[in-house]
Amino acid sequence: MEAKVEDRPAMTVEQPAEPKETDDAAPAALGELKIKATDVNLWYGEKQALFDVNLEVFGQSVTALIGPSGCGKSTFLRCLNRMNDVIDICKVKGDIRLDGEDIYAPEVDPVQLRARVGMVFQKPNPFPKSIYENVAYAPRLHGLCATKAQMDEVVETSLIKAGLWEEVKDRLDAPGTGLSGGQQQRLCIARAISVNPEVLLMDEPCSALDPIATATIETLIDELKENLCIAIVTHSMQQAARVSQRTAFFHLGKLVEVNDTSTIFTNPSDQRTQDYVTGRFG
Amino acid sequence: MSSLTILAILIGAGVLAYFIGRMRSIQTCGGQQQNLHSRPSYHGYYLAILTALPAIILLAVWGIAERPLTRYVAMQELPAKVLQGSDAEKALTMSVVDTIAEGLPQLSPEEYEVLRKARYGFVTTSDARDVLARHGVVLGSDPDRSLLAAADELASRAEPAGSRCRSACFALAALGFVWGYSRIRPELRARNIVERVMRGGLFLASTVAVLTTVGIVLSVLFETIHFFQFVSPFDFLFGTVWDPRFATVGKAEGQFGLLPLLWGTLFISAVALLVAVPVGLFAAIYMSEYAGSKVRAFAKPVLEILAGIPTIVYGFFALSVFGPLLRDLGFNIGLEISASSVLTAGIVMGVMIIPFVSSLSDDIINAVPQSLREGSYGLGATQSETIKKVILPAALPGIVGAVLLAASRAIGETMIVVLAAGIAANLTLNPLEPVTTITVKIVSQLTGDLEFNSPQTLVAFALGLTLFIITLALNVYALYIVRKYREQYE
Ligand SMILES: Nc1ncnc2c1ncn2[C@@H]1O[C@H](COP(=O)(O)OP(=O)(O)O)[C@@H](O)[C@H]1O
Ligand SMILES: [Mg+2]
Repeated sequence: MEAKVEDRPAMTVEQPAEPKETDDAAPAALGELKIKATDVNLWYGEKQALFDVNLEVFGQSVTALIGPSGCGKSTFLRCLNRMNDVIDICKVKGDIRLDGEDIYAPEVDPVQLRARVGMVFQKPNPFPKSIYENVAYAPRLHGLCATKAQMDEVVETSLIKAGLWEEVKDRLDAPGTGLSGGQQQRLCIARAISVNPEVLLMDEPCSALDPIATATIETLIDELKENLCIAIVTHSMQQAARVSQRTAFFHLGKLVEVNDTSTIFTNPSDQRTQDYVTGRFG
Repeated sequence: MSSLTILAILIGAGVLAYFIGRMRSIQTCGGQQQNLHSRPSYHGYYLAILTALPAIILLAVWGIAERPLTRYVAMQELPAKVLQGSDAEKALTMSVVDTIAEGLPQLSPEEYEVLRKARYGFVTTSDARDVLARHGVVLGSDPDRSLLAAADELASRAEPAGSRCRSACFALAALGFVWGYSRIRPELRARNIVERVMRGGLFLASTVAVLTTVGIVLSVLFETIHFFQFVSPFDFLFGTVWDPRFATVGKAEGQFGLLPLLWGTLFISAVALLVAVPVGLFAAIYMSEYAGSKVRAFAKPVLEILAGIPTIVYGFFALSVFGPLLRDLGFNIGLEISASSVLTAGIVMGVMIIPFVSSLSDDIINAVPQSLREGSYGLGATQSETIKKVILPAALPGIVGAVLLAASRAIGETMIVVLAAGIAANLTLNPLEPVTTITVKIVSQLTGDLEFNSPQTLVAFALGLTLFIITLALNVYALYIVRKYREQYE
């Protein structure tokens, strides 16, 4: 595990320009190790939902989490930004490190962590505010922009990166809830990347969308990964194959197998993975 | 046999018919229930309805119509002079007739004979009067023969309605049963028929509620119009002096200015809202966002109990505890607060409506989707930031609706202000002085000796209508807002 030399400040406005070493090398080019989860066990009350999960997530790439419904994909994803803290009965054991720092250490504030690890949810959930205010919400919260001009710029760049700018630039004051489903989800992505997170967690971001909106988002994910570490939960194997470089297969709360996406889909080492990716269950 | 007994028998017959209908339907299909169009219980209900319903309707119609009818028939015995007289005269005569008729059943056969003779002029009516007097029916003068005749007619028909329509009811029930029984067969669409009857019953129930409301509004409206024949609407709506005087003062009419009362009402309600809205809203936020499930399980019911305390108890509390307390407190810091003041009534009323604000707001805050909270947490917002920036703005329209509903409660509230606000109609800006409200004045105008044709009494209806219009408008607007807000998330 390589730890970063200097501690990155919690929030920066400018993107760190990460040089890419290789382009089309196989296996897929991955950035540095971003998240390392070791022996993660999780309980909802008495019921154990995750068993000894060990997973590494790399920067500048997309890691897909697949598996049958209820196997703990969302649960694991929510461990990575401590969203599970919100649930009273949820108890997490194990070690999860972001850039080498234990995110469950007592001195870590989950609120700060979540600004570094953004999240996009299954159902688009724009706030009942204007499009502008939706994107400006987090930067304003964290005091990133001193002036209105700076804020305008952040909103614009976020919307551009989320591929929504052209569609909404004339009606930034319109309510975010009035957009179409796909636009709402891209608005949520813009909202999540407005504070330049290092990691973006996506929990089935396309499951409520039609195929065209899905394709738009997939293209977007492909672009975003140039500067981000993305972990995406998906129930669609095609989607995992299309957007991800690495794939982790979960089953009954256990991580069965994790490998390059192409390997998982063509030559998995576990029989259960084989059965799942060929559609024999799930 | 009283109508009640007949009703019980009919219901019993209906229950019996249910079981017979069930059995019969199973019989007709030879136990093959899948051949039945409707399930056996529907056949049961079908037969029960046919047996009991028409007979019960007959009983009810008879019961309602009989008394006016017999009175009408009895009245025909009265001399033409009375019949053509004024309504008041007729009522007076009929009340004598009623008195006699009530005495008749107590007479022995011989005494009754005396009365019959008096009716047809064989003995004097003063004999009849003596006979009646023996049984406690005291008449002011010798009754006219026509009165005796009318009373006799009335008494002879005054037995309970049931006794004469009894046979008709039972015959109808039997007829319904036999006809229904003969129609039960597998293909009978019993379910459709039963459901149609049910729907009719439900419709009737809702009509009753609506008609009652309409009736109340209309009667208040007519009395108000009546009032406006004494006092011009302009003087009422824009008058600044409330001094109704007494009905007995005669023609010297009082002044009926609404404004001091309206002002008192709104002033007290405003104080109440100033207390209830912050406390209730913060309580709701704590309950829905911070409280653990244990606290919530305990605190929510306790808050609802607060809503269940009769308002007279609050009024009593305000009068005997809070008012004096406030007065003493004011005395200590050099303020002169009268024991019944805007402040006393307003604060106690505010406490009373806290549960409305908090429990409505709680529902509304809970209706804000969890996904919005997660979205905000996921961006690194703290809980309080999330509440302030996302949840409250999202819930705001609903909360405004809740506050409006609470305001309409406060405006219509009576007991607290009767006991704690005072009775002097005061146009004052000072919350330490007593004022009075619309509801207080309705109560005081309608208690004591009433003379129903005087503006002093009728003004209560005008006040009632005003109050009704205000609260109705508030409620409609509040419900509109709440509903519009609900739609957003459904
Ligand atoms: N808030 C919760 N409380 C209790 N149990 C939960 C909660 N969330 C998820 N679970 C349980 O944890 C298991 C994993 O759920 P989840 O992570 O949502 O599965 P997936 O996203 O893979 O479909 C399921 O059995 C689910 O019932
Ligand atoms: Mg899930």
